[in-house]
Amino acid sequence: MEKVFKKTAKSQYLVSFLSVTIVSLLCLTVRNVIDYKIVGYLLLVVVSLLAIFLEIKPVLLGAFLSAVALNFIFIKPYFTLHIDSAEDILLLILYFIIALINAVLTNKFRRMQRAIHVKETRASTLKLYNTLLDSLSHELRTPISAILGSIDILQQKNMSLSTETQQKLHNEIEKASMKLNYQVENLLNMSRLESGYIQPKLDWCDVKEIIYNVCSRLSEETKDHKIVYKIDENLPLFKLDYGLLEQIIYNLIYNASQHTPKGVTITIQAHFDVDVDYERHVDLIKKCIITISDDGYGFPADEMDKAFDKFHRYKDSKTGGTGLGLSIVKGFVQAQNGTITLHNAEEGGAVFRLEFVAESLPLNALKNE
Amino acid sequence: MNNCPTILVIDDEVQIRKLLEISLEANSYKVIFAVDGKEGITLAGSHQPDLILLDLGLPDMNGQEVLLQLREWFQNPIIILSVKNTENEIVQALDNGANDYMTKPFRTQELLARMRTALRSNLTNNNSDSVLNFGNLAVDLVARTVKVNNEIVKFTATEYNLLTLLIKNDGRVLTHQYILKEIWGQTYSDQTQYLRVFVAQLRKKIEEDPNRPKFIITESGVGYRFNSG
Repeated sequence: MEKVFKKTAKSQYLVSFLSVTIVSLLCLTVRNVIDYKIVGYLLLVVVSLLAIFLEIKPVLLGAFLSAVALNFIFIKPYFTLHIDSAEDILLLILYFIIALINAVLTNKFRRMQRAIHVKETRASTLKLYNTLLDSLSHELRTPISAILGSIDILQQKNMSLSTETQQKLHNEIEKASMKLNYQVENLLNMSRLESGYIQPKLDWCDVKEIIYNVCSRLSEETKDHKIVYKIDENLPLFKLDYGLLEQIIYNLIYNASQHTPKGVTITIQAHFDVDVDYERHVDLIKKCIITISDDGYGFPADEMDKAFDKFHRYKDSKTGGTGLGLSIVKGFVQAQNGTITLHNAEEGGAVFRLEFVAESLPLNALKNE
Repeated sequence: MNNCPTILVIDDEVQIRKLLEISLEANSYKVIFAVDGKEGITLAGSHQPDLILLDLGLPDMNGQEVLLQLREWFQNPIIILSVKNTENEIVQALDNGANDYMTKPFRTQELLARMRTALRSNLTNNNSDSVLNFGNLAVDLVARTVKVNNEIVKFTATEYNLLTLLIKNDGRVLTHQYILKEIWGQTYSDQTQYLRVFVAQLRKKIEEDPNRPKFIITESGVGYRFNSG
């Protein structure tokens, strides 16, 4: 309601004018039945209500108008601004003062409320900003330190490093650079999500191909893990966004590789679900279901529902992270009208389950063309 | 034949130029540099490089525009370097005549491999051999037969056409639209489902492990590339 009245100053004056006029006219029809003091109270209620919704100036107009109306229409003699009894003059003056106090006090109160709201919003933005800076500077500085540190050692002239040590340092530089790149990538994706810039480009996707492709890109990161593929051989093509799906799977597998101990098995499963339309006797909607699970320690119960929150990091996390990876996953899943859930497997380990209802096409549909 | 190919690098980033100078010269290429589009076009004209590495984000003009102007007369390979890894940008560059693309940050080994492929396929473009051998894969262009591990494998006409289109453009990234138009015709240019299905079939026939293809490489959201090794 407030918004409606706030639209323009002009409409606020109009509202104020109309409400006083309408109430006055309504009272005029029953002038002989009710006492003019009651009318005074009624108008006071109108002005008080106006004070709640309108800016100060239109309210003052209402207060002034209602005082005039009270005098002109309801205080004898009727239809003159002249007032006979001294008591009525006092009543009118008191009326006007109360209406004014009402208007001013309400306005002041509203301003205070607004100021508090602004302050609160600022505080929470600042907090979010600080969390971001905190995790970012940590996540970016760690790899930078690793790079600079390794280079310093490599450049020391008086030290003779074994080829093996040199190789190790080079590997450190490589790993750190890749980590930096991943974080920058995540930041860019987050800003794409935040700006609402993401418009999925739906095209036929070979989900199996995407999964294998992503895993080969992640072969370095997952070299201490075992990857098991359980992909339905008859998985149809689905109309999804290739790039977004790739990033979703990338982040989930990367996440699993970073937050589980060496030797853990990461299982990637992809299959589909058919909804049958009994009326038309056809298999209609196909659902693409991808699960990525590991046999690590899983998520602590109280962390589960916060896992996809922006900047949320697992409390006892030793491996760091900006808390961006999973929230990007969720954003990208939702951008394609999909759902993602997380639960712990009975035998331990985290299970991420993705579901997309999308147009599908069986692989053998076009074979004979 | 010149043993020391000339590479023209058009990039305004001094760090990238430095890196490329070191790594390309170490691999016995002759490198010349241009810091913006205009200089790049001039140097391409005066030096006739064997290959151009072109950055899309140039200070003076749009990289796509530079590409178009170069392609009016420049026949040798052009590889795009770009930080913009948006698919549209890349597809546009390939449509405008680029042979291949690398997104920054790129790995030098990968870039060198792509350059070698582009230079080689440029030389063998007029190859008159009718039988092409790629490890365990052999394609006879005259007899229209394909052998995998010395055994003839049956191909449908579409499969064969798709395979030879990719092979003839060895190392070059072909966009989905381009392949669809060439094989299925203009009206199919957005029917990517055909491409997905036929590429999957081709891989089953020629790849040792169809899930980890060596020959037909997927370029995410862009297209496919034949990799002869």
